[in-house]
Amino acid sequence: MTFSFPSSPRTLFQKIWDGHVVDGGTDALVAIDRIWLHERTGGVALTSLAESGRTIAEPANVFVTLDHVVDTLPGRTDETIMPTGSEFIRVTRDAALAAGLTFFDLDDERQGIIHVISPEQGVVLPGVTLVCPDSHTCTQGAFGALAWGIGSTEAEHALATMTLNLVRPQTMRISVGGVLGGDVQAKDLALYVISQIGSAGARGHVIEFAGSAIEALSIEGRMTLCNMAAEMGAFSAIIAPDAKVFEYLNGRPYAPKGSDWDAALESWQDLSSDDGATFDAEFAFDAADVAPMVSWGTNPQQSAPFGLAPASGKAADGDARSLDYMDVSANQPVAGLPIGGAFIGSCTNARFEDLEIAARVLKGRKVADGVRAICVPGSGGVKRRAEDAGIDLVFREAGFEWREPGCSMCFFVGGESFGEGERVISSTNRNFENRQGAGTRTHIASPASVAASAVLGRIASVRELEELEAVR
Amino acid sequence: MNAFTTVTSRAVPLIRDDIDTDIIIPSREIRSVTKKGLAKGLFAGWRYDAGYEPKPDFVLNRPEYAGAQILLGGANFGCGSSREQAVWALAEHGFRVIVAPSFNPIFRRNCVRNFVLPAIADPVPMAKVDGPLHVDLAARTISGGDQTWTFEIDEGSAEVLASGLDEIGRTMLSADKIGAWRAKDRASRPWIYLENRA
Ligand code: SF4
Repeated sequence: MTFSFPSSPRTLFQKIWDGHVVDGGTDALVAIDRIWLHERTGGVALTSLAESGRTIAEPANVFVTLDHVVDTLPGRTDETIMPTGSEFIRVTRDAALAAGLTFFDLDDERQGIIHVISPEQGVVLPGVTLVCPDSHTCTQGAFGALAWGIGSTEAEHALATMTLNLVRPQTMRISVGGVLGGDVQAKDLALYVISQIGSAGARGHVIEFAGSAIEALSIEGRMTLCNMAAEMGAFSAIIAPDAKVFEYLNGRPYAPKGSDWDAALESWQDLSSDDGATFDAEFAFDAADVAPMVSWGTNPQQSAPFGLAPASGKAADGDARSLDYMDVSANQPVAGLPIGGAFIGSCTNARFEDLEIAARVLKGRKVADGVRAICVPGSGGVKRRAEDAGIDLVFREAGFEWREPGCSMCFFVGGESFGEGERVISSTNRNFENRQGAGTRTHIASPASVAASAVLGRIASVRELEELEAVR
Repeated sequence: MNAFTTVTSRAVPLIRDDIDTDIIIPSREIRSVTKKGLAKGLFAGWRYDAGYEPKPDFVLNRPEYAGAQILLGGANFGCGSSREQAVWALAEHGFRVIVAPSFNPIFRRNCVRNFVLPAIADPVPMAKVDGPLHVDLAARTISGGDQTWTFEIDEGSAEVLASGLDEIGRTMLSADKIGAWRAKDRASRPWIYLENRA
């Protein structure tokens, strides 16, 4: 017989889970605090719910925006390059307004990619459960929330009941000790971890990222890392909230105010895994082993440090097919391959800090001839802040297009694309076949590496760019 | 209205293994933002010629199967992507039962969610019987002519189908518990409830 004492050590995930179970045990009805919807899947959930005659349980806690299929070219309207995109926009807008939901429209300065604007608006908070029909909802775990992607029918269920039926996911801790090198970004760490544990390595688990290297990350860096948990197959990811998180959220529009803030802050102090809490799986890495990374294949696991050839990593099923699609060789690093496109954007890497870091690389330099370089800020807030800081000018003068916020060319649904066979370096999270266009070959890397590559016209790290210029 | 008890209907034989969701409804046929209007695209690749005219020899186009509510499929039915449109299209076309030796698990769950019975039967009752089949959920049997076959379905899914209540409806049965949880939570975490926002 086993006894479980209330004082037995619990993981951060378990605390949030326990705090939200309405009914049940490992198979539970779980309370949902926040719901986000976007036009690609939100419109259908809202219309279908309305057709069934049901109402939304807590409309004030539901947020809707447009990010997936909207155009990002200046002067955009409801009409989209993606065929039928405007229908998604209109249906979602009409349904959201009819239901009395908070809606950030195209001309609203708060509009942007959900996982960028949710923290900006203080919608995500430590300890909350937050769902959205989008697989990168785990990004928001960076604030100590349990945030995960759901299906369209589940979204209806959440809207109607503010609950979901859930089988409790397993837990995994990924600890990263030591200090990341000066030229290593959170994206490099994410690609490194995926290359080690594999793109299904965390399937069904909530990953808690912990350790000194994680604590040292900025809020934005933590979001990049949690974002990529989706590429490890994770249910979600979470990081214990600390003073940086509280400071970030304090004063945000939807964050608690006054005495509510004090009470909330008090309740958030307990949001960390207890000493001795056990996880279903554990990994430990040393930050000193992480170098700037770039993907060579067609899933994020197929990544390597810039100077290393694909064959330097663990061989896996499907490598040959990936090498073939990407037109790269197993024994040659991808660094040095000429590119036709460079993209800085997406919920992975289009926040202010990302743009600032890329701008540092681009300042006083020019994008190489023949490279189509595009920067899409993650939100209206990011865009404005960058423009106030003159960062847009750095991008424009270097030869980058400067866009309106949205998912843009992170994924291809019939709208814009880089083109068949084009080699692109991208700050996004998925290098799948055809992800950025039919036949497009995507290499994912940090915004700094994308900027350096754009300047050199080939896949390169910032270090290589600097070394070359020092020699000249 | 959705409660499933029995279905008696002609059964459309489409007995091939690995019929995937892209065959059931090709992505080019998913143009709309709603769950409706998908039946037209059901099996579009097999059902229509290049000019989008129905191919007379494809089984679904044969007049004797008009209005059929039972589909007989092969192993691993519904594999491929998780797109729920596959089930929406089948259901809108009128299918209430799919019989196959095995199903993709996600597809199977999507069936139940939409009140389509995924009946596991190996071998699939080949309707030598030139007439209707009778499917009885409670008895787990399929009969036709003088033959009777059994099928399998997990208990939970059978209950869902028999109740006719969708997942939201079933959760609503716990409305009291949810209400009590919310009342307590509102008192301890008022900042969660944004309608109170000053
Ligand atoms: S930016 Fe890309 S990954 Fe992120 S939500 Fe949009 S489409 Fe998905």
